Amino acid sequence: MAYSDKVLDHYENPRNVGSFGKDEEGVATGMVGAPACGDVMKLQIKVGKDGVIEDAKFKTYGCGSAIASSSLVTEWVKGKTIDQALDIKNTQIAEELALPPVKIHCSILAEDAIKAAVADYRKKHQA
Amino acid sequence: MSIDPTQDYFSLFGLQRTYAMDEAVLEAAWHRLQSQVHPDRYAHLPDVDKRRAMQWATRVNEGFRTLKKPLARARYLLELAGVDVGVETNTAMSPEFLMEQMEWREAVEEARAAAEVEELEQLHVRLLHHARDVRAELGRQIDVDHDLAGAADTVRRLMFIEKLQHEIDEALLALEG
Repeated sequence: MAYSDKVLDHYENPRNVGSFGKDEEGVATGMVGAPACGDVMKLQIKVGKDGVIEDAKFKTYGCGSAIASSSLVTEWVKGKTIDQALDIKNTQIAEELALPPVKIHCSILAEDAIKAAVADYRKKHQA
Repeated sequence: MSIDPTQDYFSLFGLQRTYAMDEAVLEAAWHRLQSQVHPDRYAHLPDVDKRRAMQWATRVNEGFRTLKKPLARARYLLELAGVDVGVETNTAMSPEFLMEQMEWREAVEEARAAAEVEELEQLHVRLLHHARDVRAELGRQIDVDHDLAGAADTVRRLMFIEKLQHEIDEALLALEG
């Protein structure tokens, strides 16, 4: 199966790979996994006092499409509020990366990773 | 000989609908069915019969493959019970489990990069034991506790574990090859 140029670009030059320190202020983590292919994805967001996502990092074990999907969303969430980040849909990710139907679950994984990270942030900042 | 296409694989093979499976009994049933539907027996008959015999043989082999492997058998049992395992859509595994998976993957990646065959072999053995425990849990959930939602979660975990096993085997093959 041929990857699209955008997938290859993110796969070969992934953006924002890595982790934040666990106790860093405003950091929240979303962990998700796709049973169909065994992919595991960790997405971290760093949220400022104004509720805007300042930075994001990811670590993904999976195929090129899963890595590209997570790399792309780390770019997309930056500068967005957490509510705006929740508006990112897997269909947008799939469209941007021109994912074939068998790789749609990679984009679902990336969308769910954002949701999980935001849920973690809200849990930590309920008060 | 004719095969009812609506019959499930367990009935086709004359077996109880359980996760626990005596492989010798399954294989014996498979050989018996195979000999009944073997296309050679229909070679003298019109094309339409030959085609049907081919379809039966295919169904028998698919049934055998499905029932033989524990993970496929468990998925099939859940499917028969109307439980959706959600392998494409359910991404919400427990964070502890996913963290553990990530650590396993990191360990495999590092061992592979450093060509530590011994380390990979140890990971391989540890994972084999772990997989055995998880399969035992799956058996309890399906056959004893009838906890099908729990079993669906265990099936999803087992899919990650089998993927990991595959990665370790591949790494070992690459290093030893």
